[in-house]
Amino acid sequence: MSNTDFVLAIEDLTVSFDGFKAVDALTLYVDKNELRVVIGPNGAGKTTVLDLICGKTKSTSGSIKFNNKELTKLSEHEIVRTGVGRKFQTPSIYENLSVYQNLEVSYPKGRNVWGSLTFKRTEAVLEQVNKIAREIMLEEQLEMEAALLSHGQKQWLEIGMLLMQEPELLMLDEPVAGMSAKERDQTADLLNRICQNRSVLVIEHDMEFVKKIAHKVTVLHQGKILAEGTMEQVQADERVIEVYLGH
Amino acid sequence: MFGYSMADIGNIVVMQGFSGLSLFSVLLLMALGLAIIFGQMGVINMAHGEFMTIGAYTTVFLSKLAVKYDIVNYYFVFAIIAAFIIAFAIGYLVEFVLIRHLYKRPLDTLLATWGLSLVMQQIFRSTFGAKEVSAELPQWLLGAFQPTSDIEIPINGVFVMGLAAVVTFGVFLFMFRSRWGLNVRATVQNRVMAGAVGINTKKVDRVTFALGCGIAGVAGAAFTTIASTGPTTGSLYIVDSFMVVVFGGAASLMGTIASAFGIAQAQSILQFFMTSSMGKVTTLLVIVLILMMKPEGLFAAKVRK
Amino acid sequence: MNTLTDKLLGGKQGAIGLAILAAIILIVLPLGLDPFRIGMVGKYLTYAFVAVSLVLLWGYGGILSLGQGIFFGLGGYCMAMFLKLEASDPVSTKIQTTPGIPDFMDWNQITAIPLFWQPFHSFTLTILAVLLVPTLFAFIIGFAMFKRRVGGVYFAIITQAIALILTILIVGQQGYTGGVNGITDLKTLLGWDIRTDHAKYILYYINAFLLIAIIMASRYILSSKFGMLLLAMRDKEERVRFSGYDVSNFKIFIFCFAALISAIGGAMFTLQVGFMSPTFIGIVPSIEMVIFAAVGGRMSLIGVVYGTLLVNYGKSVFSETYPELWLFLMGGLFISVVMFFPNGLAGIYTDLMKKFQSRKTKSVPVKLEVVAVVHEKTESEPILTSEPAGAKA
Repeated sequence: MSNTDFVLAIEDLTVSFDGFKAVDALTLYVDKNELRVVIGPNGAGKTTVLDLICGKTKSTSGSIKFNNKELTKLSEHEIVRTGVGRKFQTPSIYENLSVYQNLEVSYPKGRNVWGSLTFKRTEAVLEQVNKIAREIMLEEQLEMEAALLSHGQKQWLEIGMLLMQEPELLMLDEPVAGMSAKERDQTADLLNRICQNRSVLVIEHDMEFVKKIAHKVTVLHQGKILAEGTMEQVQADERVIEVYLGH
Repeated sequence: MFGYSMADIGNIVVMQGFSGLSLFSVLLLMALGLAIIFGQMGVINMAHGEFMTIGAYTTVFLSKLAVKYDIVNYYFVFAIIAAFIIAFAIGYLVEFVLIRHLYKRPLDTLLATWGLSLVMQQIFRSTFGAKEVSAELPQWLLGAFQPTSDIEIPINGVFVMGLAAVVTFGVFLFMFRSRWGLNVRATVQNRVMAGAVGINTKKVDRVTFALGCGIAGVAGAAFTTIASTGPTTGSLYIVDSFMVVVFGGAASLMGTIASAFGIAQAQSILQFFMTSSMGKVTTLLVIVLILMMKPEGLFAAKVRK
Repeated sequence: MNTLTDKLLGGKQGAIGLAILAAIILIVLPLGLDPFRIGMVGKYLTYAFVAVSLVLLWGYGGILSLGQGIFFGLGGYCMAMFLKLEASDPVSTKIQTTPGIPDFMDWNQITAIPLFWQPFHSFTLTILAVLLVPTLFAFIIGFAMFKRRVGGVYFAIITQAIALILTILIVGQQGYTGGVNGITDLKTLLGWDIRTDHAKYILYYINAFLLIAIIMASRYILSSKFGMLLLAMRDKEERVRFSGYDVSNFKIFIFCFAALISAIGGAMFTLQVGFMSPTFIGIVPSIEMVIFAAVGGRMSLIGVVYGTLLVNYGKSVFSETYPELWLFLMGGLFISVVMFFPNGLAGIYTDLMKKFQSRKTKSVPVKLEVVAVVHEKTESEPILTSEPAGAKA
C-alpha cells in the first residue's frame, strides 16, 4: 500500500464480530505532533479502533502502520515497544503500589525477565520519574499508595505511566471522564504540553474539552468516518449535527 | 488387532460403549450441576463430589428402609427425588453460609470449598462409617437384556441414561424456557441491571447453586446402581467432572453433554485395550493437551468481545 | 548495608525476621528436640520449601498451583532412584531372582534395570536431574498454558489434573516406579548411612541452610523490579502487557523457579525420611501445601515456614489422639483462613504491629514499601461471558 510520512496510517481497517462490522473499511491518518480527537456517538467504534491499534483486538482485514511498521502482525507488548502507548477508559493503574512505583515500573528498561531481575534504580531513573511526576502534577504524592488518589489524579498517573515509556503515539480513551471542571482545564494544559514531542490520539465526549485541545477532529459513526476537519468545520457539518451533535 | 476379529471388536466397542454410558450418565449429571455453578456463576465448588455422595447416602438409607418395609421395588424413584431435595437443601444452606461471601474471589472459593469437602467427608465417616455401603436395588433394575447373542446391555445402565436424559431436558427447560431461568441468566450476565429491574439476585444465586447441588444429588442416586458408596466416593469424580465442564466450554450446555459423552466413552474403550490406569491416564492427558491448545474448551460460544 | 545485602535480607525488618527464624531452626530446635523429632521437623521443613515457592507463585504472582506436589515428587523420586540403586547392589539383593536390581522390580518380574533408571547410577547426574527435570516439566506446562493466556481457576484445575495423571501413572507402573508403595528401604548416600541419628542431624542442618538460602534468593527476586512486576501482573495483567512486558515469560519464569524450589524440598525429603511414594505427589498433598502457605501468610516468606511447622505439628498431635477431630479442624482451617485471615498469621502479625505503631505515633504519614495486601482480582462477571476461558477480563 502507500508509504507514509504519517506517524499512524490506518488503511481499510475492518473488524467484524460474527457478521457485525464494528469498524468498517476505516482509513485514517495521523501526523507527527498532531493532537487528533475522535468523537462519535456510542457504539461508533471509537474504542474498538484503539483496541485494534494496540493489539487488544485482532482485525479481520486492513492495515495499521505505525512509522511504516505493520502493527497488525505484532503482539500487544511488541506494539508497545514500537512506541505506542494506550490509556484505558477506566483508570488502569497498580492500586497496591505507590505512585513512584507505578511510574518506575513503566520505565522502558528491564522489560524482560533477566532485565527486571537485575534492574538498578539509577540516577537516570529517579530523574525521569521526578520529571514526569512534575508533568502530571503528582510530585507531592510520590510516596502515596495509588489507590488513595482521587479519580482525576489516577487518570493523570496513568498518563504519566505512559509518558515514562516515551511513546511516539499516545492514545487516550476518555481522559477527562469523571473529572471536575478545574481538573479538565489542567488536563487540557497537560495534553497541549505533551503533544509537542509526540502524536496524541484522544477519544472524548466533552465538546468544550475537545475544543481546547484538538488540532483536528474525526467523527466516527457506525464504524466509518462521517466527517473530518477542524472543530469548527465538524461542528458546522450537517451530517454530524444530524447524527451526533443534535441541537 | 490383539487377536480379536472385527466382529469381536464391534461387540466390544458396543458393550464397552454401554458400560461407558453408565459412566457417561453419572459424569453428565455431575457435569451439569457443575456447569450451572461454575459455568454460569463462576463459582468453583470443590465439594461438588460430596453433594453427589449426599444423594448416594440418601438412596442407601432409603433402600435400607425399603428393605425393612418390603417395598424394595417401589422406593427407587422416591429415593431419586429425595436425593435431589436433600442435596438441594444442603446446597442452599452452604451458599448462604459460605459461598455468598466469596463471589469476587474465585481462587479463594476453590480453597474454601475444598475445606468444606474435607468437613463433609468427615461427617460422612462419622455418621455412616468408613466402610462402603450399597443400596438394595429393585428387581426391575437388575439384569440385562440381550439384543443379540453377543451383546449384553445392563438394564441399570439404560435406566441411568434415561434419568440423565430426563434431568438434562429438565435443566434445559428450566434455564431456557422458564421465568426463573431467565432471571438466572440475567443475573449472571449483568448483575447490577438484573437487580435494578427487581430480580432478587441474592435469591437467584442461592437457588442456582442449590440446583447444581441437587443435580449432583441425583447423580449420587444414579451412582448407587453402579457401585458402592463410601465417604470419599465424591472425590473420585470431582476432577473428571471439572475436566468435562472445562473441556466442553463451561458456558455451553450442549458442550457439556458432548464433552461428557466423549470423555466417558474414550475412557471406557481405552480401558479395555490398555490397563485401567493407562486408559485413564491417556484420556486425561489428551484432554489436558487439547485444553492447552484450545483453552476455552471445544464448544465455547463465539461471542463479541 | 549495601544494596545487595539489603535485597537478600529484605531490609532491617526482614533481616530481623530471618535471623529469628534461623535461630529457631538452627539452634533452638536442635537443642530442644531428640533425633526422632528433629527428623520430623526436618520433614516439615521440606514441605516449607513448597510453601515458600507458593509465596512467590501465588501470594505475589497470583497464580494458584494445585500441583506443586508434582515437582516435590519429581525431585524426591530422582533422589530416591539414586539411593535405591545404591541400596540394590548385588550383595544385599542376592536372594532375589535377579540380584542387583531394586526389589520391586524383581517382584514384577523385571530382569534388567530400565533405560530411564540408568542415569541415576551417577550422583552428579542425579543432582542435575533433581534440578532440571522438574524445572523442564514446569517450563513445558507453563509455556503451554501462559502463552495461551490460561490463568486463574482454569490453570489451577489443570495443575490438579496433571497431578492426578502423574499419580495414576506412577501407581500403575508398579514395576518401574515402585507403584503405590513407592521407593522404600533406602540406606546409604555414597556409602554414608543416612539412617543414623548422626546423619539425621547433618541432613537436618543441610536442609535448614538450604531453606534459608532459598528464602534469601526469593527475597532478592521479590525486592527487584521483577517482584514489583509480579504484584502488578497479579492485579492488572493487561496494564503490564500494555506497558511493553511479555507477561507470559514472567509467569513461566516464576513457575519454573517455584518448581525448582519444590523439587529441592522433595529431594531433601527423600534423604531425611528414607523413602518417596505417590502419596506426596497427588492432589491432596498439593492442596495441603497450599494450606500451609495460607495459614502462615501467603505474602510472607518467613510466615509460611511457621505456618508449615504449626499445621504439621497440629496434624501429628491430633491425628493420633483425635483423628476424627483433625479432619474437621483441617477443613475448618481452610475455610476460616480463606474467609477471615486471607493474609494468614503474618497478616495478623503485621496488623497488630500497625495498631501498636499508630498508637505510639499520633500522625501517620504512611510510608509504604510494597503493601502486603491480598488483593484478589475482582471479578464483576463470571468467568465465562465474552472472554475465552482462562483469559482475564
